[in-house]
Amino acid sequence: MKASTSVAITAFVLVAGFALCALQFPNIASTRVVANLLTDNAFLGIVAAGMTFVIISGGIDLSVGSVIGFTTVFVALAIERWGIPPFAAFALVLVLCALFGAAMGAVIHVFDLPPFIVTLAGMFLARGVSFLLSTESIPISAPIYSAVSDFAIRLPGGGRLTAIAIAMLVILVLCALLLHLTRFGANVYALGGSRAATALMGIPVGPMTIRIYMLSSVLAGLAGIVFSFYTAAGYSLSAVGVELDTIAAVVIGGTLLTGGQGSVIGTFLGVLIQGMIQTYINFDGTLSSWWTKIATGVLLFVFIALQQGLMALARRSSVKPAGAKPVGART
Amino acid sequence: MTLRIPRRGLAQAFALIVILMIDRAVSPQFFNLHLQDGRLFGSVIDVLNRGTPVALLSLGMVLVIATGGIDLSVGAVMAIAGATAASLADTHSLPVVIASALGVGLVCGLWNGILVAILRIQPIVATLILMVAGRGIAQLITEGRIVTFTSPDLVWIGNGAVFGLPMPIVIAIGMLLVTAAVVRGSALGLLIEATGGNARASELSGVGTRAMILSVYVWCGLCASLAGVIAAADIMGADANNAGLWLELDAILAVVIGGTSLFGGRFSLVLAVAGALIIQAMNTGILLSGYPPELNLLVKAVVVLAVLLAQSPRLGDLSRFTARWRRTKP
Repeated sequence: MKASTSVAITAFVLVAGFALCALQFPNIASTRVVANLLTDNAFLGIVAAGMTFVIISGGIDLSVGSVIGFTTVFVALAIERWGIPPFAAFALVLVLCALFGAAMGAVIHVFDLPPFIVTLAGMFLARGVSFLLSTESIPISAPIYSAVSDFAIRLPGGGRLTAIAIAMLVILVLCALLLHLTRFGANVYALGGSRAATALMGIPVGPMTIRIYMLSSVLAGLAGIVFSFYTAAGYSLSAVGVELDTIAAVVIGGTLLTGGQGSVIGTFLGVLIQGMIQTYINFDGTLSSWWTKIATGVLLFVFIALQQGLMALARRSSVKPAGAKPVGART
Repeated sequence: MTLRIPRRGLAQAFALIVILMIDRAVSPQFFNLHLQDGRLFGSVIDVLNRGTPVALLSLGMVLVIATGGIDLSVGAVMAIAGATAASLADTHSLPVVIASALGVGLVCGLWNGILVAILRIQPIVATLILMVAGRGIAQLITEGRIVTFTSPDLVWIGNGAVFGLPMPIVIAIGMLLVTAAVVRGSALGLLIEATGGNARASELSGVGTRAMILSVYVWCGLCASLAGVIAAADIMGADANNAGLWLELDAILAVVIGGTSLFGGRFSLVLAVAGALIIQAMNTGILLSGYPPELNLLVKAVVVLAVLLAQSPRLGDLSRFTARWRRTKP
């Protein structure tokens, strides 16, 4: 299966879904709604970009939701209680996130442990530390927060492209460039294809693993900063369960959870599809919020079944040219 | 049937005893028991009682992990089963209520099992679907409300007692005995371990790996729904949002603490339950000590890391290496 096929399918589902929504509620097809879609899902887009790298390399990062929660609390405390200037606080928290991600990557590589359980420990750790910092919601009143929330590029049709939406788009473009055009990106794909073969090729598997988890945690930290702009507060319970939405977005975007295949643009489309479901349910008014979860689950299933089917087709067509009968397909 | 007492259980038994001793140190009346209205009360009973849901989940989870799989949906299945039981409790008799809740769990397990065994989807992805959608389904059943009930029959499942032991504990012990009898009383356990060890090789040697994988997910769904019924009976209601929230992670943790490798291939039921008790003894200890419960997650994280490092194959290599180095040194 070509990676472009799955991205094309995701794009088709997004466009078709959007057309169906617009048919029922013409107001959805406005720059206002689309721009809000970008703003509301900005933090999800950023954290999902990092998750894409991790999943393509054959790993998983369950700690991202907790890292977002930790970042919002840390930033709020640093600015409001400890009197650290906002940008210094941002830099400080990103360094902490980088160290945290590097530590998880190092444990995964050095002790040869499954990423699932190591990042699970990371999830408990980050959430535990943010609980210890503060269990109450801390409002942030720094001037930069109101300045940023006031800033927006006005689009024709009344839409407002907000600063955090722009931040997401910029980060996504940078991540796409990093993944698809650099040696680092090529190595990420190689790791997901086969760890052993990658090591034999002379690619430093350990440092790569550390850098990938570092990237994921730093992007989760950035998502946390964006989230703190979005809510103008820090709260230790924020972004609970976001790791699941993120993984769902990445999978819907055509990235294989077995690793080796995927793209940042697909992930972005996956985030938009989830946002679209949410918007449709808000517009409908009679549907309740739990339909979002069910619809996301159904879509997840459809996409996984599609991937599975396409891969089976690809296997069959790769056997044919050899002129042999399909080998008794009992695998 | 012979219940094998594995040598590797020593570490877990030791850990449990140490934690219980720490609990005893922070709360001197920890081991005190008293009988009231035909039911035993005391901190130890509390640990057992509160540990029941995770213990039940880990009974199913340990078999799934033994086949090399994982089931992320157990928390959501708990919520669905709890919602089903609570919404039927006041209008139907107890057997009908329990049967429908368990039936729902069975269907959920079957769904997971079909995705993993027949469609051959990676377990973590396959069960992620129900994990995401399941809580939505539970909310659909309760229509977003917290459904409460007054049926004394169902309440008895959560608060009743047999021979002084609270019902949840009795159910958990019963399930442990049934699972152990079925799995270790026959070759089934061995076949499950073979499937987890090397699915291809065991299929070639005649093991029905598909049937094995399908049935462990069904069993896991069944255990999860039972845990859901107990959780609902305990609070006399079903909260689709919070019932069983994050318990899937606790169950996986319990299994890992119990020495079962996430790569599959071997398992121990008793040690998985011991893992669940270790987690609960830790939680109760923190509550009794008066430290902020926020510390709970941090302690858990440290314990996970310690267990992981102790089990790490690399650490084994390292200790063998140092032992050899010591031998060769004159």
